[in-house]
Amino acid sequence: MTKGFKIAFKAVIILLAVVIAFLMASVILWIIGADVSATFYTICLEPLTNMLHLSEVLIRAIPLCIIALGISVAYRSGIINIGAEGQMSIGLLAFTGVALAFPDVPRPLLLPLALLASVIGGGVWGFIPGILKAKLNVSELLSTVMLNYIAAQFYSLCLRTIYLDPAEQVYGTGTPQSMRLTDNVWLGRITGRLHYGIIIAIVLAVLVFLLMWKTSMGFKMRASGSGARAARYAGISVGFYVTVSMVISGAFAGLAGGVELAGVHRRAIEGITNNYGFSGVVVALFGGLHPFGIIPASFFFGLMIYGATLAPTKVGVPANIVQVMQGIIIIVIVTAQMVLSNDYFRDRVWRRIQSLRKKEA
Amino acid sequence: MIDIITNMLSMCIPFSVALLLASTGEMFNQRAGVFNLGCEGVMAMGAFVGMLIPFLAGGGMRVSQWYNVLGFAAAAVLGALFGLFFGVITVTFRAPQGIAGIGLQMFGVGCAGTLFRHFVGGTQSIPGIPDVDIPLLSKIPVIGEIFFSHNAASYLAYIFIPVAWYILFRTPWGLKVRAAGTNPRAADSMGVNVSRTRYESLMVGGALAGLAGAYLSIAQAKMFSDTLISGRGFIAVALVYFGHWNPVKIMGGALLFTFAQTFQTVVQSFGISFPYELAVMLPYVLVIVVLAFTSRNDMSAPTSLGKPFNREIRT
Repeated sequence: MTKGFKIAFKAVIILLAVVIAFLMASVILWIIGADVSATFYTICLEPLTNMLHLSEVLIRAIPLCIIALGISVAYRSGIINIGAEGQMSIGLLAFTGVALAFPDVPRPLLLPLALLASVIGGGVWGFIPGILKAKLNVSELLSTVMLNYIAAQFYSLCLRTIYLDPAEQVYGTGTPQSMRLTDNVWLGRITGRLHYGIIIAIVLAVLVFLLMWKTSMGFKMRASGSGARAARYAGISVGFYVTVSMVISGAFAGLAGGVELAGVHRRAIEGITNNYGFSGVVVALFGGLHPFGIIPASFFFGLMIYGATLAPTKVGVPANIVQVMQGIIIIVIVTAQMVLSNDYFRDRVWRRIQSLRKKEA
Repeated sequence: MIDIITNMLSMCIPFSVALLLASTGEMFNQRAGVFNLGCEGVMAMGAFVGMLIPFLAGGGMRVSQWYNVLGFAAAAVLGALFGLFFGVITVTFRAPQGIAGIGLQMFGVGCAGTLFRHFVGGTQSIPGIPDVDIPLLSKIPVIGEIFFSHNAASYLAYIFIPVAWYILFRTPWGLKVRAAGTNPRAADSMGVNVSRTRYESLMVGGALAGLAGAYLSIAQAKMFSDTLISGRGFIAVALVYFGHWNPVKIMGGALLFTFAQTFQTVVQSFGISFPYELAVMLPYVLVIVVLAFTSRNDMSAPTSLGKPFNREIRT
């Protein structure tokens, strides 16, 4: 088997995967009678046409990037975290709690404190499925999903009761939201609504890279993920690293919540999590579970998520289409990876081509 | 007090059907060795299609019951197609089942939401199917209300449980399914086509998940919304663990969880001063607690659950 063939094989499979993903999305668009090319233009290109759109894309890319970094750490350690949605909610609650409790503490102290609270909140919510997996072998896929629903209910309970804006009680409009947080916890803005969280996201990407590839802890985590049994024989406490990776993963999601709150909304409202937790899984996979892949991937998915909000008015396509596309992308990625790692299949294709060549000769 | 309890218990049977059907379907998947986390997505699609057909036929007005039957049938067919699709991904391409299931879930939920907004628009209700009072039996006080005055679909679902048990434990096909999930290599050497069996059980499981979704929209909520399923697909997967891969025990689990879910309805309708959100949380908390107690060293689990089978590779 020549080297050229190996590269060509890989390229063809990836190209095929992209084509299939587009075809599947097109079929759905065709069923709802939308203009397929106009929809793809609106979702994938239109947001790039002016600065306002672009800053909105970046705003969405920031939490996606932070969450996906956390998910990639967990995934590399052999545990799939689909609970980022719930961890983010708890992070939001912790951040809001600190901001509401100490409105007069000066900013250089309060902002880090509130962000730390969101990290701890998310970390605790990640610790639960981690320890359940490590000690009791509970499937993290199920426990994290359940914790998502619990966190969502807990979040709206808090918004409706202890965090409720006093003004809401006075006017009695009953919108479940907190009061506007003190400006001591605001993150500065660069342009438009784009805030300095983008720098936090990039710094975290570098930190994750250093953690996973330049420290022994990262090595042990990756070893636990790629071969739990072998890692255990080598003396690595797999359960411990699985739990730790899940705590880190939850902490990242919690922080994403804190940054989102400090930079964009500045008060706790319903719907801040905006499905970022699930999109983060797609971003992490799309970015090849590597921090430097996740940065561009989060930009791409920020683009799609923002583009989808334009779609209902521009081309009459419901914004849910982005969820369809994300589902398709996950399925296509994992399938293509299996085809690429299947040497038997590649061998068969190679032999088939050889025999065809012989026939021609 | 007696009223409240009777009320809760009488909700258990009709409200447990969706969990019951989806969970039994997932049980067939897992018995064959495939962990299908996409159940939630298939249920969403089933719920949408099940509601769409009677809605298009009558525009929310009362229609012939045959349209509801057609809705159920379409949901089952669509669910089977989703199962087939999942088979292509996990059986033929041997993709990791957990993450592929998440993909299927997002795809299904996303599709249902997209298509719903296009074909129906906002919240629309349909007349659904009426309750049937079984003669004589439904006249018994308390017991009659709890067991014998529900819609026809819920009776059929409960009749299906012993049928599912019989299929799984007393038919050649059931034996093949269990073999494919327990020791696919041995099954393969005895001439069982493991891939085919897995495909078949995925289609059966998908059809049941589709029916479960259609039940939710046609018989239970009588409408479709994005939050209609709200995790029932995942609870159904957890119930399979709880029920030790046995339809009869799954039925017990489904009733238990539904009882926990009815608590929120009771809080709402009887105005008990208890935070509503905590009542909604209850079944989800229960799932985690139950999983914590049942997951460790479960001897009844299919041993090849979640493992793709490749007859070309020696292990």
